[in-house]
Amino acid sequence: MSRPGFVLEVDDRTPPLVVHEGEGFRLESFPHGTRVIYPPESLPTVPDVDEAISQALLHPLDSEPLPALLRPGMRLTIAFDDLSIPLPPMRAPDIRARIIEAVLTMAADAGVDDVQLIAANALHRRMTADEIKHIVGERVFRSFFPQGQLYNHDAEDHENLTHVGLTDRGEDVEINRRAAESDLLVYVNVNLVAMDGGHKSVPIGLASYRSLRHHHNAKTMVASHSFMDHTRSHLHHSAWRMGRMLSDHLKIFQIETTLNNDVFPDNYKFLMKREWEWSLRDQGSMLAARRGLAVAPSRVRHRMFHDLRAPYGLTGINAGETEAVHEKTIETVHRQQLVEVQGQTDVLVMGVAYLGPYNVNSTMNPILATCMALGYYFNSYRGQPLVRRGGAVIVYHPMRADFNQLHHPSYVDFYEEVLAESTDPLVVEEKFEQQYATDPWYVHLYRTSHAYHGVHPFYMWYWAAHAMDHVDDVIWVGADPATVRRLGFRAASTLADALEMASSTVGPDPSISYLHNPPHLIADVR
Amino acid sequence: MLALEMFRSLPRHVAGKAVGARMPGVLSGYAAPLRLVTIDQPHVAKPGWARLRSRLSGICGSDLGALSGRSSLYFSGLVSMPLVPGHEVVAELLDDCEDLSAGSRVVVDPILRCQARGVASCESCRAGATNRCDRVTVGHLSPGLQTGFCADTGGGWGEILVAHRSQLHVVPDTFSDEQAILVEPLACAVHTALRAQVGANDKVLVSGAGSVGLLTTFALRELTDGGEITVVAKHPHQRELARAFGATDVVAPDHVLRGVRRATGAFQVEPDYSRPFLLGGVDVAVDAVGSRESLETALHATRAGGRVVLSGMPVPADLSAAWFRELEVVGSYGSAEREPGAGGRGAFDIALDLMDSSAVQDVAASVASYPLHRWREALDHAHSAGRLGTVKVAFDPRRSA
Repeated sequence: MSRPGFVLEVDDRTPPLVVHEGEGFRLESFPHGTRVIYPPESLPTVPDVDEAISQALLHPLDSEPLPALLRPGMRLTIAFDDLSIPLPPMRAPDIRARIIEAVLTMAADAGVDDVQLIAANALHRRMTADEIKHIVGERVFRSFFPQGQLYNHDAEDHENLTHVGLTDRGEDVEINRRAAESDLLVYVNVNLVAMDGGHKSVPIGLASYRSLRHHHNAKTMVASHSFMDHTRSHLHHSAWRMGRMLSDHLKIFQIETTLNNDVFPDNYKFLMKREWEWSLRDQGSMLAARRGLAVAPSRVRHRMFHDLRAPYGLTGINAGETEAVHEKTIETVHRQQLVEVQGQTDVLVMGVAYLGPYNVNSTMNPILATCMALGYYFNSYRGQPLVRRGGAVIVYHPMRADFNQLHHPSYVDFYEEVLAESTDPLVVEEKFEQQYATDPWYVHLYRTSHAYHGVHPFYMWYWAAHAMDHVDDVIWVGADPATVRRLGFRAASTLADALEMASSTVGPDPSISYLHNPPHLIADVR
Repeated sequence: MLALEMFRSLPRHVAGKAVGARMPGVLSGYAAPLRLVTIDQPHVAKPGWARLRSRLSGICGSDLGALSGRSSLYFSGLVSMPLVPGHEVVAELLDDCEDLSAGSRVVVDPILRCQARGVASCESCRAGATNRCDRVTVGHLSPGLQTGFCADTGGGWGEILVAHRSQLHVVPDTFSDEQAILVEPLACAVHTALRAQVGANDKVLVSGAGSVGLLTTFALRELTDGGEITVVAKHPHQRELARAFGATDVVAPDHVLRGVRRATGAFQVEPDYSRPFLLGGVDVAVDAVGSRESLETALHATRAGGRVVLSGMPVPADLSAAWFRELEVVGSYGSAEREPGAGGRGAFDIALDLMDSSAVQDVAASVASYPLHRWREALDHAHSAGRLGTVKVAFDPRRSA
């Protein structure tokens, strides 16, 4: 039986607590009275994954069973989430591979021979062949990739996009042509956090910039309270309008999966435990990791973390009509991640770990770190933000101005050019977004190399817009001061310094809450 | 009279060439072929010539280039030694000079054209392109392309110099000497802006934000219909000034290609063991520094068929881009008595009209002046002007007595 999430109040007996900071972590002593919010322990997993997949496909929600939707001569497209989830990447076999194999088996049994598989990477970078192979598995990869029937979605291939129409709010719905013109689109999702899935899958994952700009903008994102609650997120409202419109034009069979909280393999399991419960072995692992990280060159540290594969277990799978499926999915995600918290706090403390959705096998640059902290962690709430309006956020991350030139070329320019001029999401959107979105060099790199789309850093900045609007102070501990200044924030060397700096915003004796993740959690703030 | 004299010295020339650019302290202390001397006043007993008392005389990049041995030996045939440098001069007439009476305050157009040399006008001078004069080595003066590079005329770095009436432009009383000292470099900038032939909404890159780059930016903004002007500036105050002078965007030297690529939608190429370049880029680039890096930056950031203007004295550089991209490489030297691109008006007249700008006045207010005997400090300062937040360093020979 797994234990639910937990809120600890720091007192004399509380040991130093793990705080992630990029490719490393520290043990931090928090002031007495600090609330520490721990995620629930992992839920029990389904006993037989293949059986669960089969049951979901044969007994879908608000839909005919998958075999009944398959017929000879039809065009079947299978789209799937890209490498941005789950985090860390899942230990092989990836759950998507097992589902796709099951779907393909049913399709073969039904005599369907026009099948294509598309990675729903939207404006994310094209995955490499190895990365695709990890997701779909060796067999599927070998059968489809060499023939060109398994590929990345290209949001700039205008000949292969279909403008389906406009929503009642005038939002363009434009998605991958193959998907739009299929007799059946099967979408295979991994619902790592509550903001994933539902109508965020097809209308966003297979869309173009023309479509995405309607909800990926500063105004919409400031008004999304929060991204982890699709009923109160304007971004999701827009995606839902698009999804409902698409459902009228296209048969979509949505398959959603949920995972438990086993994000770290055995050697790093201590990172998922409550510190006072560390066994001798955990303490040994922690010491070994700290010593190793202290002496390891940065390249080795990078490998130590980025080679990690999570031993995630499947907690649920649902298939069928998108909204019916997503309702069930969210229930399971909430069971796994929701932690009840009483009231808001003056200061919210977060540690940004090495990995985010957009730096898999890459570098977490300062813009991505900002997105992780102020975009994702800050928004990991239901009800009201964990930190009060006008409060302060303290984040741990080195914030070095390191950029991966292959994956993030437009980020470098965004940092050097855009943020040098303004850090206001509305201003940068107004003045620069179009230029970056249509820059032919970025378009070229997105289409032919492995670069995120030119507009992507803007979206990362917009993710943080709600937090920037809500809090009065953002202080980064252990960060490069010059980088932090460029981003419009402040830097401190220690937690004590950060609290001292924050005292001008929240007073000398603020209430403090520390979000102890990963694993993922959602603060249900009452 | 007291003057700074530049003399021939092979050891100092070699030493200056070796270390002058990197260690200006060594240049001004030991290696510069320059000395403070008491010499006879210059004298040219020909019609139209008069004596002037130097009030202020700027230190130009070409002066520093000559002192540090960085100038091409090409120019050795166009100067006569020993000479008193100083071609950016505001001075006071000591004698009546044709229509100008003694006591008039003037700035000097330093070009020693046919008229000054007492020879029949060459084709260029007849056309008003006095900066292209073909007779700068003959006539009744020693060779010398400009005042400040001729053994007979003296220069602004001495108390007294001589000049021909054709070189003189009266300074309005409302101008301070510090403003007036900027007229000559601004006239050169005017010439550069006109040579650049910038079309409507053309994108322009100005590489360098010293006095040449800033004034060129200003002239481009005032005299052309160009669109975006991107200026390459190394130091914070240069960035601010560049914007004040009309730059649309300012980029650091390390980010030029990135900035231009962004602004123009060009593609970037990373060659093996060489500097990256753009396919695409600005329509016109101006090298306002005269270093290899700056010139190659201009060449590498200009679109195919575009124009690169050499405003700083050029040095050897990789010209592959000029060939491959079919660039038009245009020189810009001094200024002309009649500028074809300005309906025949002289660059000095245009410059005098532009002097009222608040940006120019701000720069004038920051001119740093030194007496002649503090020449080492002055050269040090000029070498590090960008870093020290100064646009123009000058000598004030009146304070030297």
